[in-house]
Amino acid sequence: MTVGTPKYRELGLTDSEYELIVEKLGREPNDVELAMFSLLWSEHCAYKHSRKLLRRLPTEGERVVMGPGENAGAVDVGNGYAVAFKVESHNHPSAVEPFQGAATGVGGIMRDVFAIGARPIAILDSLRFGELDSVRSRHLLDGAVRGIGHYGNSIGVATVGGEIYFEEPYEHNCLVNAMCIGFAKTADMVRAAAAGVGNSIVLMGASTGRDGIGGASVLASAELGEGDEAKRPTVQIGDPFEESKLLECCLELLEKGLLVSLQDLGAAGLTSSAGEMASAGGVGIDIDVARVPLREADMEPFEIMVSESQERMLAVVEPGRVEEVRAICGKWQTGSAEIGAVTEGGRIRILRDGEVVGEMPVGALVDGCPLYDLDPVEPEGWIYGNRETLAAGAAPERELLSLLSSPNIASKRWAFEQYDSIVGSRTVRRPEQADAAVLQLPEAGNAIAVSIDGNGRRVACDPYEGTIEAVLECAQNLACVGAEPLGLTNCLNFGNPEKPAGAWQLDRAVSGLADACNALGVPVVGGNVSLYNEGPDGPIYPTPVVAMVGELPDPEQVAGNAFVREGDAIGLVGPFEPSLAGSELAKQRGELKMGLPRPDVASVAAACELVRTAVRAGKLASVHDVSDGGLAVAVAESAIAGGIGCETNVEHLRERGAQPEEALFGEGPGGFLVSGDRATLEELGAVLIGTVGGEQIAIGAGDRSLSISLTTARDAWQSLPRQAAGVG
Amino acid sequence: MIWGVLQFPGSCDERDALNACELHGDGARLVWHESRELDGVDGVVVPGGFSYGDYLRAGAIARFSPAMEAVAEAAAGGMPVLGICNGFQVLCEAGLLPGALLRNVELRFRCHQVELIEEGSGERLSIPAKHGEGRYYAPEEMLDRLEANGQVAYRYADGHNSNGSVRDIAGVTNERGNVLGLMPHPEHAVDPLTGSTDGLRVFDRLARVAA
Repeated sequence: MTVGTPKYRELGLTDSEYELIVEKLGREPNDVELAMFSLLWSEHCAYKHSRKLLRRLPTEGERVVMGPGENAGAVDVGNGYAVAFKVESHNHPSAVEPFQGAATGVGGIMRDVFAIGARPIAILDSLRFGELDSVRSRHLLDGAVRGIGHYGNSIGVATVGGEIYFEEPYEHNCLVNAMCIGFAKTADMVRAAAAGVGNSIVLMGASTGRDGIGGASVLASAELGEGDEAKRPTVQIGDPFEESKLLECCLELLEKGLLVSLQDLGAAGLTSSAGEMASAGGVGIDIDVARVPLREADMEPFEIMVSESQERMLAVVEPGRVEEVRAICGKWQTGSAEIGAVTEGGRIRILRDGEVVGEMPVGALVDGCPLYDLDPVEPEGWIYGNRETLAAGAAPERELLSLLSSPNIASKRWAFEQYDSIVGSRTVRRPEQADAAVLQLPEAGNAIAVSIDGNGRRVACDPYEGTIEAVLECAQNLACVGAEPLGLTNCLNFGNPEKPAGAWQLDRAVSGLADACNALGVPVVGGNVSLYNEGPDGPIYPTPVVAMVGELPDPEQVAGNAFVREGDAIGLVGPFEPSLAGSELAKQRGELKMGLPRPDVASVAAACELVRTAVRAGKLASVHDVSDGGLAVAVAESAIAGGIGCETNVEHLRERGAQPEEALFGEGPGGFLVSGDRATLEELGAVLIGTVGGEQIAIGAGDRSLSISLTTARDAWQSLPRQAAGVG
Repeated sequence: MIWGVLQFPGSCDERDALNACELHGDGARLVWHESRELDGVDGVVVPGGFSYGDYLRAGAIARFSPAMEAVAEAAAGGMPVLGICNGFQVLCEAGLLPGALLRNVELRFRCHQVELIEEGSGERLSIPAKHGEGRYYAPEEMLDRLEANGQVAYRYADGHNSNGSVRDIAGVTNERGNVLGLMPHPEHAVDPLTGSTDGLRVFDRLARVAA
């Protein structure tokens, strides 16, 4: 290593990090050790630029069963049952190869959930692409949607919800965040810590190949740029059939009490699984790579240790039970091999046929990476572009139709019909029937609701307030189906944290997340961080994707978001104060700039409580959160969903300082559009804004009053298939 | 009536089918794909999913399983057999039902509520469908024969044939009428909370054959 760049730099380590490794080992690392350190010390595995910030998040709560640090977080849902959940990014692989990137994102997050002994019962996904007039974005959208469907449908786990946004800054760096929900008997859940010196380490599932080598360091921890095609071999290939067998096998093994602990193999493969298991258990681990079943016989020890071949799990098993474990693996036609043992002394040793080829202290490998402080500097102004697609002063009807056909707002039916949303017989509300997915849990005697959200554009306008809004949006979505939040997880998708503006966005967003969770009393039970999301044109919008799980006692009472009955009153509940700042309309007019109004979190929380109680009591015919596109869009959506028009007037919002245009299309948290019996709405303190009925969507707003037919509105709202095909 | 539900590696809807069978009959149990014994059940469901990954051709491998040999024998003896989605594909591959299932005309997996018309009674059923390879196909002469024999059990209602099935056919039976396959999922339509209970009528139809 005398000419050119030192190998450690190519593997993503800095000079000082390398020096620290040498110091901890007392010598230069060999190739096996260097490969292992470079992966576990990558941003993706070590969270070295985010870990300090994440300490701000509240993680404690009465209902928390498992918190951060486990494969997935979990909350108690009563009757001895728990719900596990986690969201994780697979952004860079998806930008290189969207089908496999998204598919393996789904496969990976499911393994995290069944690794703790929970059966996956639902998937949600949060996707971001560039604008749909770009061929590349349409290709990525199509591939990612097919990939999610391919994996989830084939394995038999329902995809029950999600969100998709299209914004220019994601053009080169799309986001694919997948969430999995699992359900378990709390007593049967298992942690990932290795225990019991002398116990066997058993590798289960697929054989190990060269796919995904270096994925963690090369792909996940560097900006995307020219020559990404050459990175294709580092994208993993998914096999849902293999995972389906592995899933059933693992759950049977856990049910029979045959495993001491279990861990999935994700980024950094065996290195990270073995390292994390040893670290959590305060023990050492020996692994003999000669005993790992391989796809290619000539693989080097370092390749075996860092391979990211999918559909593999690592288990700790008492020596006397290995044969029983292997017999059950045989029943499920899934591979198994005893590849090592738990040892004393806190060292991880890699052997080949008994000969040591690498040895390092577990502590240095797993927890030794330096954690960095950020150097945040607030940018001077709006650092992203503006593109006008709708002239200011257009007729209000034209504005509404332009918003309804925006792919951010338009119906996502084209995408979600490609997913099996019903397998498992738990789906009480299918996508777009209500603001949150609702899953019944007959075993626990209740139901859960799940929402995932994160409007990156608004976070770009104000990372602190925008992140608070993302949390509030989830809480409001849960309230719409009568659910009370139990816990939250998140995936922080940001640009380069080593750049001052990127650092500032991340720092402010994490503070917003912490403050919102504290104010609502919702614990953060887990999370994932994806940094360096940048393309040649700059960083993505800062995108904290927030996912919240809540509980509701009776799924029979869940109202939908569709207007139901002619003559029902329509009302607005909550401290909604609309503003065009950061709105979809401001985007279309090319008027985006920094700044969002400050929401009153306490009064939004009170409105959530009010709505939740009313829904649980079965008092409302429909409930819909006022979100993208403002009140006019919410009204149109409820009308389209119900196939019935309405006569409304939003001029009351003038009292809250809103101009007619803001009353129609202004955005902000805290608004619920409800319909039902007039007296009930009055009792609820709703501002009455109209009546359900007719074939027109009519909204009075002073000199911006509008009226369009239901059919015209529906055509605009259902235009996504044409746009995704590039013909509309 | 006691139902048995086959379970292959890669089955997805076997628990849903088990649940539906329990609701419908007097009990239900899973039958492992390697079992040659049907263990005294009165009827069999071959459930949906992706048996053995369906990497060769949907249902092409599952038909060779020991459990399917047992099902073929039992079907020949008149036992009611219901193939749902992948189960329909398996029964076609096994030659227990006529025709074949091809990729959807739009070449995409699609999950949505569809309306079916039961041939003969004209009853309308609302049941979810979810598949990527559900386009029923058979040669013209065979279709004429199926229609003449009353072997077409269900057709998609107008506007609901999204997979491009020939003559809107959603489900067919064997000549004897004791083996029924359909692409939509009656086991997902047994609870008002999750959408509809119309699926129970499909189970009823087979139970009448058994009686």
